[in-house]
Amino acid sequence: MSLASQLVQYLFAGLTVGSIYALVALGFTMIYNATGIINLAQGEFVMLGGLVMVFFTMVLKIPIVIGLVLTVLGVTIVGALFERLAIHPLKNASLITLIMITLAGSILFRGIAMCLWGKDPYALPPFSGSKPVQFLGATIQLQILWILGITVLAVCGVGFFFNRTLMGKAMTACAFNPLAARLVGINVRKMVLFSFGLSAATGAIAGAIITPITLMEYDRGPLLALKGFAAAVLGGLGSGPGAVIAGFIIGILESLGAGLISSGYKDAIALLVLLVILWVKPSGILGSAEESELKKF
Amino acid sequence: MSEQILRVQGLWKSFGGLRALESLDFTVSVQQIKSFIGPNGAGKTTLFNVLTGIYPPTEGTFEFAGRSLNGLKPYAIARLGLSRTFQNLALFGNMTALENVMLGRHIRTTAGLFSAGLRLPGMRREEKAIREEAMEELRFMGLENRAMMEATSLPMGEQRLLEIARALATQPKLLLLDEPAAGLNMRETAKLSETIRMIRERGITVMLVEHDMSLVMEISDEVLVLNHGKKIAEGGPKDIQRHPEVIAAYLGEEAGDA
Amino acid sequence: MKRKDLYTLLAIALLAVLYPLLVGGNQYFISLLVFLGINGIITMGLSLLMGYAGQISLGHAAFYGIGAYSSGVLTTKYSVHPVGAFFIGIFLSALIAWLVGKPTLRLKGHYMAVATLGFGEILFIVFNELSPLTGGPSGLSGIPSLMIFGTPLEGAMYFYLVWAFVILLLIFSLNVINSRVGRALRAVHGSELAANTVGVDASRYKVQVFVLSAIYASMAGSLYAHFVTFISPSSFSLMFSILLLMMVVVGGAGTIWGALLGAGVLTLLPEYLRGLEDFEVLAYGAILMIVLLYMPQGILEGMRSLLGKVKGLGSAAHE
Repeated sequence: MSLASQLVQYLFAGLTVGSIYALVALGFTMIYNATGIINLAQGEFVMLGGLVMVFFTMVLKIPIVIGLVLTVLGVTIVGALFERLAIHPLKNASLITLIMITLAGSILFRGIAMCLWGKDPYALPPFSGSKPVQFLGATIQLQILWILGITVLAVCGVGFFFNRTLMGKAMTACAFNPLAARLVGINVRKMVLFSFGLSAATGAIAGAIITPITLMEYDRGPLLALKGFAAAVLGGLGSGPGAVIAGFIIGILESLGAGLISSGYKDAIALLVLLVILWVKPSGILGSAEESELKKF
Repeated sequence: MSEQILRVQGLWKSFGGLRALESLDFTVSVQQIKSFIGPNGAGKTTLFNVLTGIYPPTEGTFEFAGRSLNGLKPYAIARLGLSRTFQNLALFGNMTALENVMLGRHIRTTAGLFSAGLRLPGMRREEKAIREEAMEELRFMGLENRAMMEATSLPMGEQRLLEIARALATQPKLLLLDEPAAGLNMRETAKLSETIRMIRERGITVMLVEHDMSLVMEISDEVLVLNHGKKIAEGGPKDIQRHPEVIAAYLGEEAGDA
Repeated sequence: MKRKDLYTLLAIALLAVLYPLLVGGNQYFISLLVFLGINGIITMGLSLLMGYAGQISLGHAAFYGIGAYSSGVLTTKYSVHPVGAFFIGIFLSALIAWLVGKPTLRLKGHYMAVATLGFGEILFIVFNELSPLTGGPSGLSGIPSLMIFGTPLEGAMYFYLVWAFVILLLIFSLNVINSRVGRALRAVHGSELAANTVGVDASRYKVQVFVLSAIYASMAGSLYAHFVTFISPSSFSLMFSILLLMMVVVGGAGTIWGALLGAGVLTLLPEYLRGLEDFEVLAYGAILMIVLLYMPQGILEGMRSLLGKVKGLGSAAHE
């Protein structure tokens, strides 16, 4: 393969994983915007999305579309329950406790997944067959187009929700100033619950669409969460568009690094990006310095 | 002419579009008791925050004992001899009253991690001295019976005195007191007034932000009035009381609330 | 040192001396407590960092690993004397902790947590990828036992070595807590702003205690390497970092005794869960969640307040 077509290959691979990072980053951003906390269990929503989809389509033999809807619904309920039972009771607790509870949730979900699905990775059939397509000299799996398409749809959907609907704007208001939001009649409790549900949903979508390509196992969560968080911070924590763009950037960087430099260290690439961003410019590329002065770094 | 301990020149502090301090000029003389008054939001606490290095000034300079303090971090400023108390109290609830005051001795002592961990003789001697000096400050503020109690379990009035004790333990040359009389009854305020005088007698200069006018008028050598971040008057207590702009600022504030 | 602490310390020391005799030299029980001691060393350091200074580290397995691999690699591949390797491990851990700590400890709460998570993961990847040096995922074997006067330290002798470390580090830690530095750390925990204003250079102390906790972890790693003589990256994974964190939180982050209690509980618990390995992760998640929701101050504080309530009831009944 020529270098050019290799690069196209890496680019598409990068866009593929980048989609997942973008969706995870979006999930982080939504919860952060509504509550100010970082949900360390975000990666587990993705993991559950993949494994639950496997259950519906492979075990119960439900058609893919319905399976996807059910999966998203199911994981959304999990996210909502998590918020009600674990997050909400601790809303006045110390920061360390809040961090730890999302960590506890992540471990719990992993443990449940391990009990239900074991440690082995599971596969899903690609949504529309496994015949690859030729594009600019590179061989692209059709599933990649599904991934990109659904990701774009999901991102646009979330964007529309936040910018055009009353509820979305209400959620943004909550993050900015919960007291003021309450005074204006916004039900902050419901908003927080909703943000967890929505984040779980986007995570589940990510898990369901990526499993045909990368498989899914019970402990995929933490690394995904770290990389998704790297994207969220890179894009300026709190900025949805920033998170998504940064997710793709990190995906492409990782793919290029894996292809051109070393595949063993590829995970470390995103992590290094995370550390460098946090150390040097925590407000991210698209965030403003003034805004981040107001946020607590 | 008495020696200047603090010189503020052309001090500006803006937060984005908000001008908290505007073109502030003043000096404080050694062992003076100088009060800063003004309606709420006039910028008094902001001034203290800038002087102690918590916010950098947007413009202007401030010199302490001849040294410029611009750009110094709070702990460096404390080390130079400028200490403060906080309007909303900043005691450490996870320590006893005595430990809080002992913390004040931190910048005047040196034992590090290793001499502490190994409990070397030098460190032990220093600890003993720290403990005794801290008890001295507690006695000075009349709090020696509270030494072993958790700092935030004390009544409000005593907590304010405790914070002053801690600030005194840092051996300051200049002490900034931010509303020390808030929440104190008349008897406690009288005791505070007496204490501030005794602090001055120790050779310490005192800058006071206060709303309690009787206290201010009683103990101040000089009063500076701030309104909307600007100095509108400066002088002896009697002159300030009669100053038309000052009266307008306070009365105008009340009329504006209507 | 406070009298209560001194008595507890002496009690622990006494129990440690008697333990091998009490279990009749049973190697299983002895090695169990060796691991407890090793974990206890790490959690003591973490307790200073988290409980007293109020910071967080979700990547401490990395320093444990640096200590273990330093001892392991240097003694097997370069014939360095174990004591030399031990100190090199400490130096490396301290250096990396200092380099990483300075920028990381400036971050607040969540960001510090995630940065330490990321750091821990990077080290884990490095341990796996540097196979020529570390043996990669298949691990490093043949680590020599420690020798004293020509005889290898094993079994009960190793137990005494580890617990000698535990006691000495306990004394060191208690001394630090009750000193000028300890007060400064607690002030930083209370309020960084107030601490700075009183003259404490909060940033400097945060980094110092982070480095110290890394040194503790490194020592534990070296002791671990020479005990098990085979190490692999899976012992230094994210799960172990989280387990360490759990030990501190479950036992009670607020005190060093809590950290030791937590180490005890979470080292011995997996032994009871033998055979229920499938449920291990689930159990950890459930325990952590329950503790955070109902006993956020940890088991030690929880027991203390429970005892207080019982005493209160008792004295009320007497009236």
